[in-house]
Amino acid sequence: MYNEKVMDHFMNPRNVGEIENPDGVGLVGNPVCGDVMKITIKVKDGRIEDIKFKTFGCGAAIATSSMVTELVKGKTLDEALEISNKTVAEALEGLPPQKMHCSNLAADAVHMAIKDYYEKTGKVQVAEEGIHE
Amino acid sequence: MNTHSNARRLVYLDHSATTPVRAEVLAAMLPYFADKFGNPSSIHSWGREARVAVDAAREQIASAIGANPQEIIFTSGGTEADNLAIRGVAQSLKDKGNHLITSQIEHHAVLNTFQDLAKQGFKVTYVPCDEYGMIDPDDVRKAITDETILISIMHGQNEVGTIQPVEEIGKIARERNIIFHSDAVQSLGKIPVNVDAMGVDLLTISSHKIYGPKGVGALYVRKGTKIKPQVTGGIHERRLRAGTENVPGIVGFGEACRLAQQEMPEESKRLRELRDRLINGILNTIPDTVLNGHPEKRLPHNANISVKYVEGEAILLNLDLFGIGASSGSACTSGSLEPSHVLLAMKIPHETAHGSLRMTLGRSNTKEDIDYVLEVLPPIVEKLRAMSVFGN
Repeated sequence: MYNEKVMDHFMNPRNVGEIENPDGVGLVGNPVCGDVMKITIKVKDGRIEDIKFKTFGCGAAIATSSMVTELVKGKTLDEALEISNKTVAEALEGLPPQKMHCSNLAADAVHMAIKDYYEKTGKVQVAEEGIHE
Repeated sequence: MNTHSNARRLVYLDHSATTPVRAEVLAAMLPYFADKFGNPSSIHSWGREARVAVDAAREQIASAIGANPQEIIFTSGGTEADNLAIRGVAQSLKDKGNHLITSQIEHHAVLNTFQDLAKQGFKVTYVPCDEYGMIDPDDVRKAITDETILISIMHGQNEVGTIQPVEEIGKIARERNIIFHSDAVQSLGKIPVNVDAMGVDLLTISSHKIYGPKGVGALYVRKGTKIKPQVTGGIHERRLRAGTENVPGIVGFGEACRLAQQEMPEESKRLRELRDRLINGILNTIPDTVLNGHPEKRLPHNANISVKYVEGEAILLNLDLFGIGASSGSACTSGSLEPSHVLLAMKIPHETAHGSLRMTLGRSNTKEDIDYVLEVLPPIVEKLRAMSVFGN
């Protein structure tokens, strides 16, 4: 059902956990549909210095969470905002079709964490339109 | 099967999904593919040979459920038998009334058939269940109107294992002269199934859940019960189901029934002990786990446990890597956005329903298998919980 790359991220997820006193928090999903993801970020000099995730969900939900943390770690906030759910699925070399919508929300969680960072710090958000795909 | 990277043994715990064909059954079937290939409707010796085999199987199956052989109609499986029963009665009695009664926790073969009939203009009442997945016969009684022509309530619930009070519902149906159908696909071979004790007019059974082949099942039709055929053609199966009989499949189903009936008292006791070892082992070692379904009135081979704060598919994938096959009522495994309709009918919160784990035991399972699961499962849950948004 899942390819090797997805299984690798599911079985050996990267950056699991929660950053203490994070600069931004993103929480997406809904327990009703069975997937909830929480992303916490640390921002330094406009870059994502550290990122961690916690996810309640299926194999795809966990693998996409893990993959998105790898993709955006060390990136500038603008670069991170350009990473979409689709980018994450592609980086995982594909997800089963039924998982594309319900369990592929990790990039949304990152965007929400960045938005939260901008709101908390009162800094101007450069790429407003980048938030929603 | 090359994905069991961590497996130290293979443990199949999904016997409610399907079972392997047992050796005796396969041996009984084999001659009927090539050597004894005749069509039971033919008049010559090849045909007569096949007819004898089909009739013998019909007797074995009838004997297993306390019916007369003439009351057994072979179908392609449980789903077709459910369709024949429900659509067959609805179409046959639609001039008498347009109200049908079933429950919220039926198998999709029943539920979706009723939903289709509702679209065609029938009124359908779906009676609820309690927190243990048990239907109250009184709810069925209260649902009856002058228009009611059919009641369909399952025997053993396929997901949570709860055994329904079909005998009482059968009495109610008889008092009101309403046709009563029950899906006994999961209970056959596990607990006594007797058409007179249950008071059913129609009963669905299937071969591949009792170590017989896939693609064959049967509908018991009590003498005098009028149903409209759903597959038309020749005069097979008392004109209720046209099509040349699946002779090897029917022979296998017969042999599987005979063996199941013979071994049930001992095998059910053995499975019940293993099941309780599994259930108690999980509930005692993994915090925040709950048993779904009735603690006593449940099928001897069914364990259904919700593991809070984690999602079912994630557990299944991990178990699979350890060589353990189980199933879940989570949305991800049902192919929809909603978790199991059965767990939701039991008013189990969505979050807990997503973490449900169904393990159904069978002939191959041993105490060592159960102990292996009890060793492997706790660290899987611990790992997933450490990752989860919920719980800690």
